[in-house]
Amino acid sequence: MIASRRLVLAHLWTAFIAFAAACVLGAWQMWVRSPLRPPLATPENYFLSVTAHGSAMAYVLTTFFIMGFGYYVAETALGRPLPRPRIAWAAFWIAMLGTLLALGTVLSGRATVLYTFYPPMTGSAVYYVGLVLVVVGSWVWVGLMVEAMRRWKKAEPGRPVPLAMFATVANAIMWAWTTVGVAAELLFQVIPAALGLVQSVDVGLSRTLFSWTLHAIVYFWLFPAYIAFYTMAPAAAGGRLYSDTMGRLTFVLFLLYSLPVGMHHLFMDPEHSTGFKFLQMVLTAFVAVPTLLTVFTITASMEIAGRLAGGRGLFGWIGALPWHRPMVLATGLSFVMLFFGGGGGLVNMAYGMNAMVHNTSWVTAHFHLIFGGTVVIMYFAIAYAIWPSLTGREAGSFTRQRLQLWLWFIGMMVTTLPWHWLGLLGQWRRVALFDYTNPTIAPWAPWVIVSFVGGLILLVSALLFVANLAGRHVPALRALPPRYAQSHHEASHVPTALNGFGFWNAAVAVLMLAAYGWPIAQFFVEPSPGAIVHRVDR
Amino acid sequence: MASEEDVLRTEIRWSYVVAGATALILGAILFAGLARGINPPSNLERIDPKTLHLTGEFAEGNLGTRVAPNGDVTVRIVTTQFAFVPQCVVVPTGRRVTLRFASPDVIHGVLVAGTNVNTMVIPGYVAQVHSTFTKTGDLLTPCHEYCGLGHSQMWAVVRAVPPDRFAADAEGRANCDRL
Repeated sequence: MIASRRLVLAHLWTAFIAFAAACVLGAWQMWVRSPLRPPLATPENYFLSVTAHGSAMAYVLTTFFIMGFGYYVAETALGRPLPRPRIAWAAFWIAMLGTLLALGTVLSGRATVLYTFYPPMTGSAVYYVGLVLVVVGSWVWVGLMVEAMRRWKKAEPGRPVPLAMFATVANAIMWAWTTVGVAAELLFQVIPAALGLVQSVDVGLSRTLFSWTLHAIVYFWLFPAYIAFYTMAPAAAGGRLYSDTMGRLTFVLFLLYSLPVGMHHLFMDPEHSTGFKFLQMVLTAFVAVPTLLTVFTITASMEIAGRLAGGRGLFGWIGALPWHRPMVLATGLSFVMLFFGGGGGLVNMAYGMNAMVHNTSWVTAHFHLIFGGTVVIMYFAIAYAIWPSLTGREAGSFTRQRLQLWLWFIGMMVTTLPWHWLGLLGQWRRVALFDYTNPTIAPWAPWVIVSFVGGLILLVSALLFVANLAGRHVPALRALPPRYAQSHHEASHVPTALNGFGFWNAAVAVLMLAAYGWPIAQFFVEPSPGAIVHRVDR
Repeated sequence: MASEEDVLRTEIRWSYVVAGATALILGAILFAGLARGINPPSNLERIDPKTLHLTGEFAEGNLGTRVAPNGDVTVRIVTTQFAFVPQCVVVPTGRRVTLRFASPDVIHGVLVAGTNVNTMVIPGYVAQVHSTFTKTGDLLTPCHEYCGLGHSQMWAVVRAVPPDRFAADAEGRANCDRL
């Protein structure tokens, strides 16, 4: 068992408890939107629930999972104790305090602003301060990840940083950049408004700052899934990683191209010119590159495993893979969801076509399929994979784990495919109650009921996941060391540029200056008339 | 098993596929943007949310559909918690129509179901989109961005009528009551 097991378990359990509670809310929300109206279906309760669901999933599940998994990787991939464990615990408690403050405020009904804030609408300052504390906790984690890698490089001069840790530090550095936008929005605009220090807000500026964070935050969530693809799935399948270098390149490209693209969330906004929207749209297209590289490398790695297991022919290796292993199964299901979710994303990105789908259920479907599907199913697989080395106990059988993964996949498809369709029909999002007597809306009813059924399947899967982790495990027969995939050709040396981040940080700075320099500066050169603060907490 | 050179060669071949796919996607968007003029609403026009209802084009008397002497059709709508003013606007089919929106309070958004009309309405800015309506009928026009607890009840109707039924009065006004 690993030394920081209590630290890692504290983070993961916090993440998964928030996740399960948010799944209950999500299923209830689909019930409210359907013609079947459940009890307590008022706009107050619905939007409170949406705020809690979004905040718990986007800020609590992700941040705590990524921090916990990062500590795990730092210890196991580097084979060294974690630096400064007391500071890591302090960061945990800061983030925990922030979580309790933020979610408590939401549940008290004093911050029904949704998890994306929407100033000049303004809730209680406690909600925003709570979220800032969660981010502060994660900043400490960033520092610890960088320090763990630096200490290792000092002790092992000239050797390549293990891929799992290289990727974790890439994510940590990207996260530090990512949080600048939302931190500036909260600290300089939203919290002063919530405290009553200012009476108006420049909404164009606040939206631009939030967009800085909006895309890269999704890649922050996505990184653990990709780390599992590269460093865990090939080992679980009984093969090898096709190319270590391609993995490094992918993670560096994510660091580079996740950030200067957030304005694609503002295509339909009036406060930016076509030129900068076009520039960021082009950069967004480049984000597809690391994902396409990954699809290739992981498929090639799986092919190695399948052929080692005796698979023959063009596709025979697919059937020969050990699909009974949760990590292999989750990777396969994740790729299917990535196919649909990524395709939908290309439509969102195409800045003309975006007008057809902007703020419709299409968008809700896209991010649930990409984040809730592709990414979260890999969180499950990671948890199943590392649980034995955290608890010293093994699952008796994989059957319940596989059942849970299949339910999640089916539930996600049944929920989101109708949403895509409804979005194309014009169903707009963030609506509590639809008027099903309206002739345009009436035909949507059956599809909304189908996605409510999908929501129920997801809820069953979420509860089964928690039960699988908490349930009875058999004591392990032997010590359970974590297993990372070996590369097909072991990287004995890598270019300096792919063994650190100095150069890439400079490159991100240049790209961000080009992509966001003027779009932010314009609000100071020619200030917009402010919008009056609208309080929702009194 | 493949040698290190084989791996590299395969990867380089795949990178051509990736570059080709990316170029194809960008080419299609570029073609739509430059050759067909399909670009997002980006007019960058500022307006004071505190005073927009007092004077100027978004004062109450100037809202709704207006036909200019040269025949241009412009629709002006104020989006406010939790209503569109006016709640119904009339537009002719087969003619280019300019829609202009402004918000005196919080963020709203608007889409007209079954058309390419879709924009955010950000307080501090005029949101402007152009469209040529092809379908006739009462088109559902909801607010699509969360604007408060009454958000779900905030919607309007765009009544698209054939050109021969579209009539403006002497001042160029057209509204749903006259139909």
